[in-house]
Amino acid sequence: MNMLATECLLELCEERHELEDYQSGVPRWCSGCGDNAILAAVQRLCRDEGLRPEKTVFVSGIGCSSRFPHYMRTYGFHGIHGRALPVAEGVRLARPDLNVFVNTGDGDCCSIGAAHWIHAIRYNMNMTVFLHDNQIYGLTKMQASPTSPRGTKSNTTPRGSTLEALQPLSVTLGVQNVSFVAQAVDWIPENLYEIVKAAYHHKGFSFVRIVQRCPEWLPKVWDPWLHDPQRITILRHERGLQPSAALSQVYRNQLEHDPSNLNRARELASDTDQIPVGILYRDPSVPCYEDLRQNGKLHTPELIRSGLEAEFDKFTVWPQAAG
Amino acid sequence: MNSSTTLQSKTATTLKEHIVEIISDSGEGAQRCGQSLGSIAARMGNGIWTVEIIPAEIRPPARSVAGASGNRIRIGSGPVSNGGDETDLVVAFNEQVLLGRVRAGELKPECIILLENMWREHADPKIVAAYTETYDKVCAAGYRVIEIPMERECRKLVADAKRGKNMFALGMLCHLYSLELQLAREQIAITFGKKEQSVVTQNVKLLEAGFAWAEANLDFCYRIPAPRATEPKVVINGNTALALGVLASGMELCSMYPITPATSASHYLSDVFEKVGGVVHQAEDEIAACAFAIGASYAGKCTVTITSGPGYSLKQEAIGLAVMGEIPLVVVNVQRGGPSTGQPTKVEQGDAPAAIFGSHGDAPKVVMAPSTIEDCFYSMITARKIAETFNMVVVVLSDASLATSQQPFPRPQFSESWIAPPVDQSAVPEGMKPYDWDAATGLARRFIPGQPNGMHTLTGLAHDRASHVAYDPEINEETLHFRSLKLAALQKTLKTPPVFGDPQGDLLVLGWGSTKGAIEEAVQALRDDGKKVSSMHLQFLQPLPGGIKEIMQRFGKVMTVEGNWCDRPEDEIIDESNRRYSTLALLLRARYLIDVDCYGEVKGQPIKPSTIRRVLAAKLAA
Repeated sequence: MNMLATECLLELCEERHELEDYQSGVPRWCSGCGDNAILAAVQRLCRDEGLRPEKTVFVSGIGCSSRFPHYMRTYGFHGIHGRALPVAEGVRLARPDLNVFVNTGDGDCCSIGAAHWIHAIRYNMNMTVFLHDNQIYGLTKMQASPTSPRGTKSNTTPRGSTLEALQPLSVTLGVQNVSFVAQAVDWIPENLYEIVKAAYHHKGFSFVRIVQRCPEWLPKVWDPWLHDPQRITILRHERGLQPSAALSQVYRNQLEHDPSNLNRARELASDTDQIPVGILYRDPSVPCYEDLRQNGKLHTPELIRSGLEAEFDKFTVWPQAAG
Repeated sequence: MNSSTTLQSKTATTLKEHIVEIISDSGEGAQRCGQSLGSIAARMGNGIWTVEIIPAEIRPPARSVAGASGNRIRIGSGPVSNGGDETDLVVAFNEQVLLGRVRAGELKPECIILLENMWREHADPKIVAAYTETYDKVCAAGYRVIEIPMERECRKLVADAKRGKNMFALGMLCHLYSLELQLAREQIAITFGKKEQSVVTQNVKLLEAGFAWAEANLDFCYRIPAPRATEPKVVINGNTALALGVLASGMELCSMYPITPATSASHYLSDVFEKVGGVVHQAEDEIAACAFAIGASYAGKCTVTITSGPGYSLKQEAIGLAVMGEIPLVVVNVQRGGPSTGQPTKVEQGDAPAAIFGSHGDAPKVVMAPSTIEDCFYSMITARKIAETFNMVVVVLSDASLATSQQPFPRPQFSESWIAPPVDQSAVPEGMKPYDWDAATGLARRFIPGQPNGMHTLTGLAHDRASHVAYDPEINEETLHFRSLKLAALQKTLKTPPVFGDPQGDLLVLGWGSTKGAIEEAVQALRDDGKKVSSMHLQFLQPLPGGIKEIMQRFGKVMTVEGNWCDRPEDEIIDESNRRYSTLALLLRARYLIDVDCYGEVKGQPIKPSTIRRVLAAKLAA
């Protein structure tokens, strides 16, 4: 595999894109759905980072959140349920020149696609992954998801769900090669944007769990946190994020957390009472799979020819010399 | 036999062909011996077909009936197109593995057996008893058993005869088939080329010892005359050929998950792909392997995923996505026995319906089936080209027989036209849509990320030309229409397959995939007897090329021979209203309204030419 030759070219004129350049269609999400906030933050990121729309791909699976790519005027891949990550990995390996984003929901990522999630963390390919976690299946009309709190009443659990919720952050932080884990909530836009931005700038598998409201099926589930800013813990650190003064006025519960401290990150992640918001873990030294698989060989016709001839030589039976 | 007798004066019996087996416990080198014998015979100019004999277990217990490991080589004067019938001569390193082959019915009644006799004087009386019992049994069954002190003779040269007996056996066989000793020495130099010279020297000594021993002690030998080889040929199995085909096609990425019997293709590819800038990605599961390939293909690099039956089933939903999104993709299915886990190491042609009709909804795909080892190589180049020309999924159905058989074919001459062009990053013309289907062919430009003006979201949902989600009834029908048209467009480019034999007659037999050699051999034998039989072999199962109906109509009867199940008309409750046909027969009946009969065999072994001959003769007589 090799880089495209265009990567070697200097950009001679700077491109400038406005927010509208990244917008496509009117989102069909319910009003009040957290997906809208995520879309706004991501479109802002694209504009601020000057991402070229044709060089940017949003890959998703199936679910409400997986409609995301349709609302971006970039390349998008709205695939099948649970398989956004392996599709995105294929894109990434084939095309190091593209910006790769993944939008996946709690059902898509943590249930049907759980195997891929675990392995994607381990591959640590350079992509930014947003887990839109509203703790419920929305598109199929309210069934309990793996992240639904125990006792959630849904169409498949009319008397309340029986299992403890799976904690996406704990799982992610438990897998080898984890390199970036952050958490945001949809109702603090400034903080959401900063986290999305930090995730984008991390080289590796940047996993952002976004705690998201579903006004249609679970309208009240986040109320205790919405109504009590003290139950949000803002993570701050000189190597993490620094909340603004305005944000600090409302969210006073702040914690110095060094994102290189994995054990502490795991402790924070396992707290279901408080929602830690910010960068839980970051290790820029974890190698990316696509880099490990690069061997500097250019896939040229001449190389293919010589490689083939060398292999044929191994298996060729030559006619006996005459005489 | 008296070892002091020398039989310098013996003359070689001339044969048209012979089938030889070398079998041992796993790890005793019978595989290498057999492969070397095949290569040496090929260099002599003989046609060969070698088949691996593989035990189902990784480490079966030593001296066990189910543990036979080795190689079967059919050597002929002319080209050999298949593994043939039963075996003529066996070299067995112990009597238990021999017994396995006897019980499997793999030996001709008059088969000659060269049997290691060290067990006769073994310290363990149980082994001695087992040996003598089997020896007496196979002698009584009419086989000609010759006991050979391979261990004792090898010990004269090496301390551990277990490592080297195979080269001694190779020497014996070179003498028995009048193969040139010098060619065998050269073959050993090639085989052990990576090791130090002392290894080569020692193996050559063992080879020479085997040759000399056979010359001095065996009162017979053969010659299978062949015209001198005039062109270089490569001797590889079907999986290696597939892997080399991937290399030659210009594909850069193979995404796979381990599964028998496909994996050896990926093993080999893993070894060589990186040398030319390619990558083999071992995914976390079959679905991920397919999704990964789809992602890479979508991003501009046509990708291949290699699997076998159960893995193919798992990929079906993802394959449907590639069909829906019109993403080029090559899927190789090295078929094995099914359903479910079935017979992982055995051959079957049971996956054509899954390939043709698989994935829910109407999901038109191209389905190809290589029928020779050479085909395995070239089919990958063709598959990649079709996938990228038509933006379609191309399924290549190989099988366990092709995967493990070796057959020489002319060394390919590399052409740059085989390989894919660089990823197209040219701007999309203003106003062009990602699915601007051509009204006549259904074809549309492939939009690839990075192309300016081409931004859109590919979706597995029903969509319009702009790739916008669309539930409009007209639009949905239009999209199915155009995806289907692409198959017809490809079909218009396909040639009618050639008829083997006369273009008309009493019986036409059709086949696909690895049965080609055996079918044509059986047809030729019947034709030599004056029977008016011809055959036709299909490389494309979907779309079926044109012209087939006209050919079928020129024959009195038509039938298929396939390695998959069909109901037996002799069963009491089976009749025309409920008989399940073999796949190709079903396809031909449905498409051409011709009464096509079928013979299907699912024994896990390649169908023997003698079986086909019997079946065809019966059909002619019916």
